[in-house]
Amino acid sequence: MPDPIKVINDKCVGCTLCVKVCPFGAIEMADKKAVIDLTKCTLCGACVKECKFEAIVMAEKENKKPVSDFSMYKDVWVFAEQKKGSVQSIAYELLGKGRELADKLGVDLCAVLLGDNVKAQTEELIHRGADKVYLVESPKLKAYQDDPYTKVLTELIRKHKPEIVLCGATVIGRSLISRVAVTLRAGLTADCTGLDIDEKEKILLQTRPAFGGNIMATIITPDSRPQMSTVRHKVFKEAEPDTSRKGEVIEESFPDDTYSSRSRLVDIVEEIEETVNLAEADIIVSGGRGLGGPENFEMLKELALTLNGAVGASRAAVDADWIPYSHQVGQTGKTVCPKLYIACGISGQIQHLIGMKSSDVIVAINKDPEAPIFSVATYGIVGDLFKIIPQLTKHFKETLGK
Amino acid sequence: MKIIVLIKQVPDSTDVKIDPVTNTLKREGVASIINPFDMYAIEEAIRIRERFGEGEVVALTMGPPQAEEALREAISMGCDRGILVSDRKFAGSDTWATSYTLSQAIRKIDDFSVVFCGKQASDGDTAQVGPGVSMHLDIPQVTYVKKIDKIDKGSATVERMTEEGFDIIETPLPAVFTVVKEINEPRLPSLKGKMRAKKAEIRKMSADELSCEEDKIGLDGSPTRVSKVFSPPPRGGGRVLEGEPEEVSRELTGLLKDIVIG
Repeated sequence: MPDPIKVINDKCVGCTLCVKVCPFGAIEMADKKAVIDLTKCTLCGACVKECKFEAIVMAEKENKKPVSDFSMYKDVWVFAEQKKGSVQSIAYELLGKGRELADKLGVDLCAVLLGDNVKAQTEELIHRGADKVYLVESPKLKAYQDDPYTKVLTELIRKHKPEIVLCGATVIGRSLISRVAVTLRAGLTADCTGLDIDEKEKILLQTRPAFGGNIMATIITPDSRPQMSTVRHKVFKEAEPDTSRKGEVIEESFPDDTYSSRSRLVDIVEEIEETVNLAEADIIVSGGRGLGGPENFEMLKELALTLNGAVGASRAAVDADWIPYSHQVGQTGKTVCPKLYIACGISGQIQHLIGMKSSDVIVAINKDPEAPIFSVATYGIVGDLFKIIPQLTKHFKETLGK
Repeated sequence: MKIIVLIKQVPDSTDVKIDPVTNTLKREGVASIINPFDMYAIEEAIRIRERFGEGEVVALTMGPPQAEEALREAISMGCDRGILVSDRKFAGSDTWATSYTLSQAIRKIDDFSVVFCGKQASDGDTAQVGPGVSMHLDIPQVTYVKKIDKIDKGSATVERMTEEGFDIIETPLPAVFTVVKEINEPRLPSLKGKMRAKKAEIRKMSADELSCEEDKIGLDGSPTRVSKVFSPPPRGGGRVLEGEPEEVSRELTGLLKDIVIG
C-alpha cells in the first residue's frame, strides 16, 4: 500500500508553512524538508492546501467509486425529539437552521415525530417551519428506546430519501443517530456549530470544533446520502412560530416487529431537585476553588437566582465535594454555551475552558490576574469575589426590580 | 464472564497550553493518556469481574503502534490482557470506519457478555463509536450508563443518565454499555499491576487478520471528509474592569443589562 500522504522532496523548499498549519503536530523538519509522522497524521489535508509548492500529495482513493447519482435524495429532515409527548426545544432550534438550508437548496423542510398520541404536536412543528411532518405513532414509541426508534427512523429515511438529516446532540439524539447512520452507511458529524450549503456543489458544509475547540474543521460527506449532523442545545436560535403557516402531516406505520425492542424500559426517574439542566440555561454562575468552601456556593446561588440562571462549578469544586457532579462544567462534566457565563474563583484550566468557551459573554472574577480564565473572558475583574459578588447581586436586583 | 473494554489513547489536555499569540494549542511534547471517560469503563469492567470472582477483562484499542502504552496502563489497573488493532490501512478512519473496525476485532473474541466504553472520547467528543459498534455487532446498547443495578451472564439492569434524571433499562446480554463519570471512581494502578503490565504481551491485529472489507476501513470506509481546518477567530474584546467592588459591580451590571433582561 502506498503512503496515504507524502512529501515530494524535490518540490519541498523547507518553508515550514505545513508545520505551522498542521493541527495535529504531525509534521517536522529534517534536513530542511518536511517529514510527516504518519502515526500522528489524520489525513485532514490541511498541509496539502497550505503548501504553495504542491510538495505534499495525498493518495487518491484506490477504488474510485463511480460518481453516485443522488438526485433521488431531496429535502432536509429534522428529528423532532419528544419527551412525555411534548416536542423538545432542540427541535425548534434545528427547524430554524433547517429552514435556511432547505431554502438554499430549494427543497422542503420536514420534521419527523415518533411517539404515542403526539399528533397534536405536529401543528407547532409546522408553525415553526416544517413543510411536512412525518408522524409515526405507536404505544411502543411512547418513550425513547434504542431498537424501535432506530428501526423506524432508518426505514423512514430509506423510503423517503432525505438529503440531510439533523438531530439534537442530546442523550436521546446521540444514542439514536449514530446507529441510524451506521445502518445506512451515511456520514455523521457530531456537534456542528455551523451548517451551510456549498452553493456550487449543493452539499452540506458541517463545521465543528475539533480538539477541544481550538481548531475548527469543516466536514463534508461527498459520496453518501443522507448527510447527517448533530447539533448541541442553544447553538442555533429557535425558529419563531408563525401560526399562519400550513403544512402536510404524513402518517406512516410499520409492521409490528419494527417496533420490537430487545431491551426493556423499566422506569423513567426524574430528579428535578438534584439535576440541573445546565445545557438549557441562558445564564450560568459558576464557582471554583476560589470559593474556599461549600457554604460559599450560597452566595452564587443567590446571584444565579436573581438572574434566573443556573449554578455551575469547576472540577476542583466538585472533587472537593462542595457541590454535586451534576453541576460540573468542563471536559468531564457538561459542555455549555449560555448567553452569559460568570466564572467566580475559577482559574480556567483547559478542561474547564473546553466546556464553556463558546458562551456568548464570559465574565471572569478572580484574584489572580494571571489566571488563564481571563484569556477567554469578555469582561474580567481582578479582585476579591467575596466583596464583588454580593455587590453584583445587589445591583442586578435593583436593575431587575427584584 | 468475559468483558471487553474499548479504550482510546488521546492527548492529555492537562498538559496542553494555549499559545497566547496564535490562540492555538501548543502540542510539543504533549503526553498521551487513556481517554478519561474510558477509565470509568475499565474500572466498571474490573469491578464486575471481581464481583463474579471469575472471568476476563480484555482491553481493546485501535490506534498507532504507540497506543500499546494505553493498553499497558489498562492492564496495570487490572485488565487481563490487551489487543491493539493497528494498521496503516486504518489511517483516516471516521467514526463509521472506526466502529466497523472495532466490531470486526470484537467478533474475534468469543463469548463476551459486555462491551464497555466511555461515553465519548475527549479529543473527538462525538459519542458515536459506542452506538456504532453495537449496530455493527447487532447487539443492544445502553448509553450514558451511570449505575449497574444487576448483572448476570444473560442479562443486566442498568441506569441510563438523562437530562432530567435516569431511565432504568433491562437488557439481554451481550450488549454495549457506554458509561459516564458518575458510575465509579477509577482505581490507581497497583505496583503489582504495573509489573504485570510491563511484561504483558500485547496482541496485535491487522486489517487482514480481522478480515476487514477494504472499502469499509480507513479513508475509503469513511463517509465523511475534512474539507477545511482553520483556527477559530480569537475571542476579541476582552476588557478588564478596574476599581472598587461597588464601582466595578455597577459598571458590569450596566454592561450585562441587556443580556440579563433578555
